[in-house]
Parts: sequence; C-alpha cells; structure tokens
Amino acid sequence: MSKIIEAENLTKIYKRGAEKIYALNNATFSINKGEIVSVTGPSGSGKTTLVNVLGCLDNPTSGSLKIEGRQIFSANANLSEAELTRIRRNIFGYVFQKFFLIPTLTVRENILLPSVFQPELKTDDKNLNRIMENLDIAKRKYHLPSQLSGGEMQRVAVARALINNPSVLIADEPTGNLDSKRSDEIKDLLVNLNKNHGITVVLVTHNPRLAQIGNSFIELNDGKLEGG
Amino acid sequence: MNIFQLAYKNLLRRKLRTCFTVAGITLSTWVLVTLLGFNKGYENSLNNDIDGMGFQIVLTAKGCPYEAATLMLKGGTGLRYMPQDIVQNVDNAKEVLQTTQMLMHAEFDPDKGENGGTAVYMGIDPLTYPLMKPYLKFKQGQWFDNDNSADEIVLGYEAAELEQREIGDLMLLPGSDREYKVVGILNRSGTQDDGMIFLPLKSVQETFDKRGLITMLGIQLTREADAAAFEEELYKLPDVQVVSMAQVKNTIMSLVSSAKVIVFAIAFIAFLIAMSGVLNTVLMSVFERFQEIGILKSMGALPKDIFKMILTETILLCAGGGLCGILLAYAFSGISEAAIRYFLPFAPAGNIIAIDVKIIILSFFIITLTGIIGGIYPAFKAANIRPLDSIRSDSV
Repeated sequence: MSKIIEAENLTKIYKRGAEKIYALNNATFSINKGEIVSVTGPSGSGKTTLVNVLGCLDNPTSGSLKIEGRQIFSANANLSEAELTRIRRNIFGYVFQKFFLIPTLTVRENILLPSVFQPELKTDDKNLNRIMENLDIAKRKYHLPSQLSGGEMQRVAVARALINNPSVLIADEPTGNLDSKRSDEIKDLLVNLNKNHGITVVLVTHNPRLAQIGNSFIELNDGKLEGG
Repeated sequence: MNIFQLAYKNLLRRKLRTCFTVAGITLSTWVLVTLLGFNKGYENSLNNDIDGMGFQIVLTAKGCPYEAATLMLKGGTGLRYMPQDIVQNVDNAKEVLQTTQMLMHAEFDPDKGENGGTAVYMGIDPLTYPLMKPYLKFKQGQWFDNDNSADEIVLGYEAAELEQREIGDLMLLPGSDREYKVVGILNRSGTQDDGMIFLPLKSVQETFDKRGLITMLGIQLTREADAAAFEEELYKLPDVQVVSMAQVKNTIMSLVSSAKVIVFAIAFIAFLIAMSGVLNTVLMSVFERFQEIGILKSMGALPKDIFKMILTETILLCAGGGLCGILLAYAFSGISEAAIRYFLPFAPAGNIIAIDVKIIILSFFIITLTGIIGGIYPAFKAANIRPLDSIRSDSV
C-alpha cells in the first residue's frame, strides 16, 4: 500500500507565559492510502492538534510532513497560505463535531458551498445526487438545516466534505454531538466511504465503538505517540 | 450558486438588522438625491424666471435692492413709484432696444378667498410688454386692444384658476366701480406671470390714482450693448434703483447658497452615520460568523474570496438602500419641494427639485462608494481569519 501521509518528528509547541506545552512531541508515523486511522487518547493529549497539522490547517513547530509524496512542512519548506489552501482544496475533506452549516442555505446549497470558492470544481447534478443518495439525504435537499435532525446535519456536513472528491477525510469527533443511534449511522457511513470509494479516513474520537472501525490506530498521550 | 447569491443569503440571516441598516442608507440617499435635485432645480427655475422677464435691466424707484428683486420676482409689498417721464431719458440711449413700463399695485380684496386677501394687479403697456415676452401664449383670447386705457383684463393661468374666471366674465376691482372684461387667459408659463392679473397701464393708473407713476421700467438691450457701462449711466438718473437680472440672480443664489452649505453639511453627517452603520453591521456579522468563515477557508476559500464575499454583502446593503432612497426621493419630491418652499425666503416658479438621470447615477455611485469604503475594514478582517483559530475556538 502506498503512503499518503508521512510524518516525521512532528512537534507542536504552545507557549503559556514562560511555560512550553508540547501538544505534539516528536510524532513519527505514516498513513497508507485507503486506511481508516483512529486517533485516540485522553482530552488534551493532542489529537485535534495532530489532525489540524495533518490537514494543513496548522503549522508544526518542527518536524516534517509529506502528503502524497509532496513536502508540506519541513525545516526547508514553508508553503504559503494560498498553497496550503490549494492542498486543502485538492486533498482533504473536513468533518467537525459542530456541523457548521449555513442556516439560510438549503441542504443542496450547503453541500455545493465549496464550489463557490473553487470555480474549477465542476459538480454536475448526477454527482451531487449520487452523494446525497449515498448519504440518504436526497429527500431533504431543499430543506434548511433547521429542519433537519442532528444526524442528518452531520451527513450534510459529510456530503459537503466529499463534494471535491477528497483523497483524505479528516473527521474530528464527528459523533460528538449525536446520540448513539445517529453515531452508528455516521460510523456505517465512514466505513462505507472507505470501502466503496477508497477514501482514507483520519478519525479523531473519544467513542471506543467508533474507534473500532479503524484498521490502524494512533494513540496519543501528552503529545506523544503511545509506544512511539 | 455564486458569491453574490451567498452574500445575499447571508444578509437574510438577521433580517431586522439588515432592514434597519438599509433604512439608514435609504434615508441618507433620500436626503442626498433631494439636495442634488434642489441644487439643480432651484438654479434652473431661477434662470427660467429671470430669462422669462424678457429684459436684462429693471429700473425701479430707489430703495433696497433685495426689495426690488422681490418686487420683480414675487410681487412684493411696500411699493415705491417713479415718474413715468423717466422713460424718455432711457429710450433715447443707443444701448436700448426697447423698454416697457409697468405699474404693480397691491390692493386688499375682501371678496378674495374666505376672509379676503391681497390681489396684485400689473399694469402693462399693451404695445411693448407682449413684444418682450413672446413666450407667453394664450389658452383663450388675446391681449388687450392697443388702447392703453381699455377696460380689459388678461389673467395668468393660475390667477384664472384661482379667480375661476373665463373669457367674457366681468370683474370689479376693489375700491372701484369700473367693470373690466376678461379678454384673455394665458397658458401656464412656469414663471411668475402665471399668478398675475394684467391690465392696461393707464387703467391701473386711473383706477388706483397713480397717474403719471410707474413701479418698474423693463429695459431690453441691444446685442452689442455694454450692460455694465450702461448700468453705470443709469445710476446717474435721480432716485432710481438699477437692478440687472444677473445681479438679481447672484443676490438670490448667494442667499440660498449659505442655506445649501448647512444642508449639505447635514447630509454629509447623515452619510457618516450611514457609513458607520454599515461598518458596524458588517463587522458584527463578521464576528458572529468567525467560525463559519474559518470553515469556509478550510473548504478552500482564499482570503480574496472571503474579502469579496463580505464586500459584496456591503455593496448589496448599500445598493438596496440606495435604490429605495432614490425611489422615495423621486416619489416624494412634491412633498420635499413644498417643505423647502415653506422654509426658503424666495423660491422661483417651476420645479425647484429637478431629479434627473445624472443625479440618480451620481447618488447611486456615491452611496455604493460609501458602502465599499465602509466595508473594506470588515472584509479585510474576515479575509485574515485563520481557519485554525475559528475551529480551535470551539473544539479545543
């Protein structure tokens, strides 16, 4: 299996006064294409920091990161914000604990939101309908977010993350706001996306049942990889 | 979906706030369009009134020049008289093309309206006055016989409507038992002549016991005449006031321009308030959407996309308010005009608020530009939101 993400000695330090807090401490690992990677660990262990760095939403203090073989961060490489944006556009889809749907846009419009900023992203109705059918929200396409359940809103957020055909889906506590039934729906959905569409999933969760879907695991404690 | 539609839908989130902001811009635009319309309309109407006089110089009895100006344009009170034979001194000058004598008389008429009112009669020379005012056309009838003492009356358009008279009606002048026959009713000219009751000069002199007296002498100059030099010559005549039309115009415009400065200052302040309203509204909406803007950036929105989106929201607010303000200014220009007339010391006949396409385009441009200036800071602020900061603010 080819490696899609390669991290070496990733370190992220936050400063609180004179004190240095290691959110990530020399994390070295790699993620293969088509894997589901569950990132687990106690609160404050650095899970969100790790996926933010992997998803190019944050810069590491030191270390190196390669995505699809391209050097993103290293001592010698410092990509501009515009270049990072392009990488985010082309490689990643993001799903967060909060759904961040725009309340005045319909389900369809929320899903198509990335295409507003990416003119090159040609989304035909067929592709859009396929995504909505897969996520079982096609009947709701003209509804506003306020008319949806929590599970449906999260599925809309997933659909929005998929509209640019990402190679990697980063899901940070995607079931954090959902009850167990809805959580199971999202779990099945992530498995389905991985199996049927080959999307690599990086999943941050506290939920052990959800973490089980991973075929690879990263466990963090105080910014360090357990056993690393 | 495009950025324009997205910006429009963003504004719908806080409908009440959007409405209040648009209302503020609407009011500012209304004031601006009305003021610009007034600026143009007043000067046009004044020029029209003055050109409509038919003569370039007026000779009146010595007195206050403002009174003289009011007298000519409005038919003022406190009339002064000069001897009719002064005409001979003027008629012979080589600069003069022709002259016309006028005697204006104001008399209380107990039959006017419910409680009576002052009627203004204008005695004119039937041989010269119509020649100087060729634009006066008749709705019905014609000027008097050439007899300068005929018992005939010509009514201006508005005077005929007010008096409810028609051709052939007989009118009694207050304080006199002499009957005058209405022989002509003028079309609307948009000048002060619309409100006049014209009689032959000699008739007015006899009826109101002003024999040998006139209030004004209108002088039309030849093309080649040096008006300024001729005015100096006229000043040598005893006890006369020389008023040139250019002077009247300048006097009135200077009176009005000081009022204009104050009103434009108020309009400018209204604009500053509108701009700060726009800035406040858009800035508040940027702060409220801090996380969301960060998420948009994580989806691939570049800083320039966010800048464009916020600026589009601002422009939509201003364009909406601007259009409403222009429509209101146009629809209520009659009411605005009545209000301005009430407060102004002198307002010429005709439309003193003239809103045209140029004014509409200029106002819309100013409003939109104001919006763009007011929206730059919030748009810049939004464009620089880091996706991570917004995400972290919720899910640390």
